[in-house]
Amino acid sequence: MNKIKCECGHVNPEGTVLCEACGKPIEGNQHIDGNDGKKLLNMRYDGTARRSQTYNKSIIDKTWSFFSSVKVGVWLIVLALIASAVGSIFPQEMYIPADAVSRDPEIFYEERYGIFGLIFYQLGFHNLYSSWWYMILIALIGVSLVICSLDRFVPLYKALRKQKAKRHDTFLSRQRLFSETEVVSDEEIQKLEKKLKKRGYKVRNEEGHILAEKGRFSRWGPYVNHIGLIIILLAALLRSTPFFYTSEYVWIREGAQEVVPGTKGEYYIENKDFIIENYDENDERFGEAIKQEGGMVPNNYQTNVAVYQAKEAVPGAEPELEKIVEDNIQMNQPIEFGSYTVYQSGYQLNEFTNMTFKIHETDDQNEEALDSFTIDLTSPESEYNLDNGFRVEVGQYYPDYYLDDNGEPASETNFPRNPAFVLLVYPPDSEKPEISFLGIGKNIDATGENQYKVGITDFEMHDVSGLSVRKDYSLPFFVVGAAIFMIGVIQGMYWQHRRIWIRPKKEGIMLAAHTNKNWFGVKKDIENTISGTNIKMVDDQQELEE
Amino acid sequence: MDLFSFSSTMLYTAFVVYLIATIFFGATIRDKRGKAKKGTAGKIGITLTIIGFLAQIAYFITRWMASGHAPVSNLFEFMTFFGMTIVFAFIIIYFIYKLSVLGLFALPVALLIIAYASMFPTDIAPLIPSLQSHWLYIHVTTVSLGQGILSISFVAGLIYLIRQIDQSVKSKRTTWLEVILYSLILFVGFIITTTVFNMMNYSASFEYPSGNNVLTSEYTMPAIAGPTDGTLITEDAMQPWFETPGWMHGVDAGKKFNTLIWSFITGSILYVLLRLILRKRIGAAIQPLLKSTKPDLLDEIAYRAVAIGFPVFTLGGLIFAAIWAEEAWGRFWGWDPKEVWALITWFFYAAFLHLRLSRGWHGEKSAWLAAGGFAIIMFNLIAVNLILAGLHSYA
Repeated sequence: MNKIKCECGHVNPEGTVLCEACGKPIEGNQHIDGNDGKKLLNMRYDGTARRSQTYNKSIIDKTWSFFSSVKVGVWLIVLALIASAVGSIFPQEMYIPADAVSRDPEIFYEERYGIFGLIFYQLGFHNLYSSWWYMILIALIGVSLVICSLDRFVPLYKALRKQKAKRHDTFLSRQRLFSETEVVSDEEIQKLEKKLKKRGYKVRNEEGHILAEKGRFSRWGPYVNHIGLIIILLAALLRSTPFFYTSEYVWIREGAQEVVPGTKGEYYIENKDFIIENYDENDERFGEAIKQEGGMVPNNYQTNVAVYQAKEAVPGAEPELEKIVEDNIQMNQPIEFGSYTVYQSGYQLNEFTNMTFKIHETDDQNEEALDSFTIDLTSPESEYNLDNGFRVEVGQYYPDYYLDDNGEPASETNFPRNPAFVLLVYPPDSEKPEISFLGIGKNIDATGENQYKVGITDFEMHDVSGLSVRKDYSLPFFVVGAAIFMIGVIQGMYWQHRRIWIRPKKEGIMLAAHTNKNWFGVKKDIENTISGTNIKMVDDQQELEE
Repeated sequence: MDLFSFSSTMLYTAFVVYLIATIFFGATIRDKRGKAKKGTAGKIGITLTIIGFLAQIAYFITRWMASGHAPVSNLFEFMTFFGMTIVFAFIIIYFIYKLSVLGLFALPVALLIIAYASMFPTDIAPLIPSLQSHWLYIHVTTVSLGQGILSISFVAGLIYLIRQIDQSVKSKRTTWLEVILYSLILFVGFIITTTVFNMMNYSASFEYPSGNNVLTSEYTMPAIAGPTDGTLITEDAMQPWFETPGWMHGVDAGKKFNTLIWSFITGSILYVLLRLILRKRIGAAIQPLLKSTKPDLLDEIAYRAVAIGFPVFTLGGLIFAAIWAEEAWGRFWGWDPKEVWALITWFFYAAFLHLRLSRGWHGEKSAWLAAGGFAIIMFNLIAVNLILAGLHSYA
């Protein structure tokens, strides 16, 4: 290690640009911060020796230098920015709209956005934010955060602790704000000191050399907020493990009870009622706007639920359930139990619970029922043996009937929203079935020769509620990270580190000042504190680089 | 007078008062004779601005009382509020730096935004279930305040650019400056077109297929671009010249595209007229007025506004947003387009703040960046709502 001894006697580590104690520029190191040829000193990190600027031999040195560069950091941010923007051009896979012709990404993007959609899909941009390269980009930003911060914080912290009030001539004269006054009396200096203290400066006077300092803690703001960001990134890593985070979705019919998914059978949830309310169309306040929206503006989605906890599940046996919560779930008002939170997330109105049919003779004008049966649509049986000797076989069941592209009957979903059946009716003592096709508003006799006709006489309906179930132990980490980030960013942005130096020179003084931001503010401080004295106002010597 | 009409009157009052205040701020540079007089004009300007701001606060509170929820729930209400936060941020910055010329540019930007807002439906609308939360106003007002403060950075940057860019020869820089000014004029184009056709009560209906349904679109401007595969069903209305390209989707894509075209036409005519009258670039025409402003101070303000606005924006746009999203949907981050663009805004200003650490990024480059940041904010406010559909696609 080549320590550098300054003429003030302080021993500086290798690579120091400005002596830690007196601030005298160290010969031969001025190129590091671009001071050579410039009138003003580069005061970044107080001219301390930063590892990244000093060592550049091994691979570790080079990697360290690479990631400690703000330029690299900014490039990483810009790349993340561009990548994020690209991902928002077309919807991500999870936001493919429900009314799309096909929600299969392979078809959707090309069908809707043509060649660009196809490219978007083939490049994997439909899941951009969870792609490996996006993750790596974010991780690199994390690495850059850590290295940048360490590279600067450690030497800066040391230098600010070691700084002396007595500073070298050149250090003062090469500050951006500087003035020299030929004759200054002691009273004037005392007056100045007093005023500086009054403005909240900590004033150190070492044999007439004065350092007035304010808001040094704001220098740590960036490092504090970087710690916050790193905690957030680590939290995101934790959240990707099932121990910290699970996310499930469950559809529950009104009146039904389901095991809460993801809880390993510990909790059961019952949908007592699903309620959807719309705003009153004749409402005085909102009437006009509701009319514009087409008359239906929802006001409330709500599921009334009861939650049960299973007591020690015995394998194979029905668990004994204990009711632990009875509550209403609404948008913005999830319920919590155990480590789970349940959110109102979706609904399906008017699914068919069951349908009742009767059989009558095709020719009978009164359609007098010869036999009747009810199909429970939540668990249809394959065959129904009726009281009066008829037997009905369910040949086909389409819970959500539609005609597909080939004109063939099919089911769009597995939910009984538009049920249709192919029924094989065996008359008493007959082995030859008659085939009927039945659905809502449809009753088709395939052959036209059926002796018996089936008709729908009744049905019951229910609503279905969609609930999201989340467990998230990573939240506290995000909260802590975000809080630390906010503290750091406020600390760094809303306060400034201001320093004013006074160096006696013959009869008079040299006055210089530096701040990490808000030069306007420090100038005002000086203006105010030197008023009523002979001391000259500082000149702004900034070289605007054109 | 009921609350609602009182509230509307207050907004109108605020608008007019801001307009008058702008004139007074203008007088501060027009008047080169005496320093004393110059101070008076600035004082009247800022007093009027505060009065206008109070009137707008009155609008905000009474509308809140009338509707029962914070008036930040649709595009009109949100943009109006954004205009208000720009004025508020300007007032704060004015009291720190006492720079009158800032008002001459900040207030017109706020005026443009408020006028733009009032082109959208202004009825009081009920809140859909997902918006029924206290976080609505906590989140939205904080984001908007952050964006308002960041906008002041743009205003200072814009003044810097007009003041500093060499107008004696045509260059890339003069061209880009004209692009910024032209974009602001496009807003005027939109406002003029909308107002004119509103007064004419123009209306034409189209039917167009969407998935398996047939929807109707109510055009309030003559259709240059009709809906994709749409048919005109109003008699005596202008037939569209061409159809909106099929890849533009979303509710009423055709109508929005058509409005955009009209805004470009009107805005461009306006710009050309201005150029013909001035006989030079608009930037060049304004430049002499800004002789007496100090570029260093403008640069300082542009940076300071970001330093103040960035934490506020982070708090409102990312943290509060995440808390609300967690409460409403059970996920604090979902890569919804609006969220993504809030993150992009955040990335952008983070890059800006880091670049300020390097030499050579002060002054003009900084000013260009401030303009870029404002472009991103406006994109998130307007384009993301109108083009990229998502959870925030209210209004």
